[in-house]
Amino acid sequence: MKIPIKYSLRNFKERKLTTGITIVGIAMVVFVFAAVLMMAYGIEKTLVQTGSDENVIILRKSSTGEISSILPPDVQNIVSSLPYIAKTSGNIPIISYEPVVIINLDKVGGGLSNIIVRGVSPESIILRPNVKLIEGRFFNFGARELIVGKSLVGSFQNSKIGEQIKFAGGYWKIVGVFEASGGGFESEFWGDSKQVLDAFNRGNTVSTMTLKLNSADEFPLFKKEFLRDRRLKEFEPKIEKVYFAEQSETMAMFIRILGIVVTVIFSIGATIGAMITMYSAVANRTVEIGTLRSLGFKRRNILAAFLMESLLVSLIGAGIGIVLASALQFFSISTLNYSSFAEISFKFAISPSIIFLSLIFAALMGILGGFLPAVRAARMNIIKALRSI
Amino acid sequence: MAAIIKVKDINKSYQRDNFVVPVLNNISLDVEEGEFIALMGPSGSGKTTLLNLIAGIDKPDKGSITVADINIAALSESELAKWRSHNVGFVFQFYNLIPVLTAFENVELPLLLTNLSKKERKEHVVAALTLVGLEDRMDHYPKQLSGGQEQRVAIARAIVTDPIIIVADEPTGDLDKKSADDILLLLERLNSEYKKTIIMVTHDPNAASKAHMQRHLDKGDLV
Repeated sequence: MKIPIKYSLRNFKERKLTTGITIVGIAMVVFVFAAVLMMAYGIEKTLVQTGSDENVIILRKSSTGEISSILPPDVQNIVSSLPYIAKTSGNIPIISYEPVVIINLDKVGGGLSNIIVRGVSPESIILRPNVKLIEGRFFNFGARELIVGKSLVGSFQNSKIGEQIKFAGGYWKIVGVFEASGGGFESEFWGDSKQVLDAFNRGNTVSTMTLKLNSADEFPLFKKEFLRDRRLKEFEPKIEKVYFAEQSETMAMFIRILGIVVTVIFSIGATIGAMITMYSAVANRTVEIGTLRSLGFKRRNILAAFLMESLLVSLIGAGIGIVLASALQFFSISTLNYSSFAEISFKFAISPSIIFLSLIFAALMGILGGFLPAVRAARMNIIKALRSI
Repeated sequence: MAAIIKVKDINKSYQRDNFVVPVLNNISLDVEEGEFIALMGPSGSGKTTLLNLIAGIDKPDKGSITVADINIAALSESELAKWRSHNVGFVFQFYNLIPVLTAFENVELPLLLTNLSKKERKEHVVAALTLVGLEDRMDHYPKQLSGGQEQRVAIARAIVTDPIIIVADEPTGDLDKKSADDILLLLERLNSEYKKTIIMVTHDPNAASKAHMQRHLDKGDLV
């Protein structure tokens, strides 16, 4: 780098408008790029936070989610008698037998959406210490009462404490609001497992069982016992956190691919913008280029100086785009989770790797946009360049 | 004194669309060390082309140009760039200062191609600007200087690497009489005090009269 960077930087000031427009263009593309990645990461984070490392979820093999899983009563009995399951002081295994169903609810702004209703057992409070009531009280076991995840409050009609929602032929009273460290549970209604089974005529067939092991390290041993039992061969145990992480993959991948395809198309526009700016920069400085060359600067020095200039423009744009995108962290949005077909609410989340990828993405735009103009500058004939005054 | 520049039998022509336009025809010229020579002639006579060839920013079609025993016509483009940075100081008609760099930074430019430390570069730049009488304008940008001052910064830039030759293409062509005289005085000083070999292309008989020798070109021939 023989030609000083200040040469490039000060040239920006000389061309405030074109440089500014290019920076804004790149900033907007980087904003969208980062926002999409933040969205995918936000969903992953929400779903991963839903699960715990110490809990094990039992599902029917080949079920794509909790909704499509079925555990008949005999299976429940066999699983509950397996070793390594933690027990309460009263020697009751810590297991939540959970029917997971989807109901339709009216949104506040109009329209319907799918919402998960999860029936839980009394032990689920021990299983999920991160679930905390923030308003009202816990539902009574044996009553048709529900507690509502805080993301749903205000988004759906009749979802406030004291109000009632109707499904499965009956009215359910909302008695409390809970939070779950930002996880997916916050987009669900919770009620008594038996009441939910009853209302939906499910007998004793639940969707999943979630159980706590004595220690998270014992999962391989537990799994070995589980697999050894031929009666359980149609079912499988998974660490709860792993299960929810897998659930987020399809959705996050879909958002990422769609988002990246869209932003790559946008980026072509921004790259062409950068290219036009750099071509005009080269054209305006033909004499300077001729002068630098006659002073002894080589073609590659000229190439490097113009590429550096384009790179700087794109990185400044990236910085602005990333700062704007990071403000999205304060927003929470909800969308249909394709794995459960139910509404899930999540926050945009930024990570160092998203920042890094955004910078690389912008740098690529800068280098691609600046390359041809820089080559033109470097290939210029000295005599012709000097004569172009 | 020995000839420091030996131009021997050079030809140069340019391609304009489908036509080959001959610019220089079998030119030979020797310039001795410490000489101050003015190349004169009408527009299109080939004087600037000859200057560019001697300065190593253009190459002859035929013939050799030897400067301080190096045949620069045989150097590769990249060798030539290096050679220029050490051996040639350029003074242009329109000064050709970089507008976004200060006087100091403009003069420092050629030194960025050397191995000098920042401190050494600063010493050289200050010395060059002092020599042209602009030590108090170091932090000024070109647009904050008058034409004459700009040309003096350009001369400082030309001498800062202590080159063997200084080539000046119409150095007074864009200046008023007073500024032009100052610049010519400066060039004379560089020649007499610092023994710089100077080749100057000019239209101006007044400017040419300051040189020790005048050579005229007409339609590509030295006359």
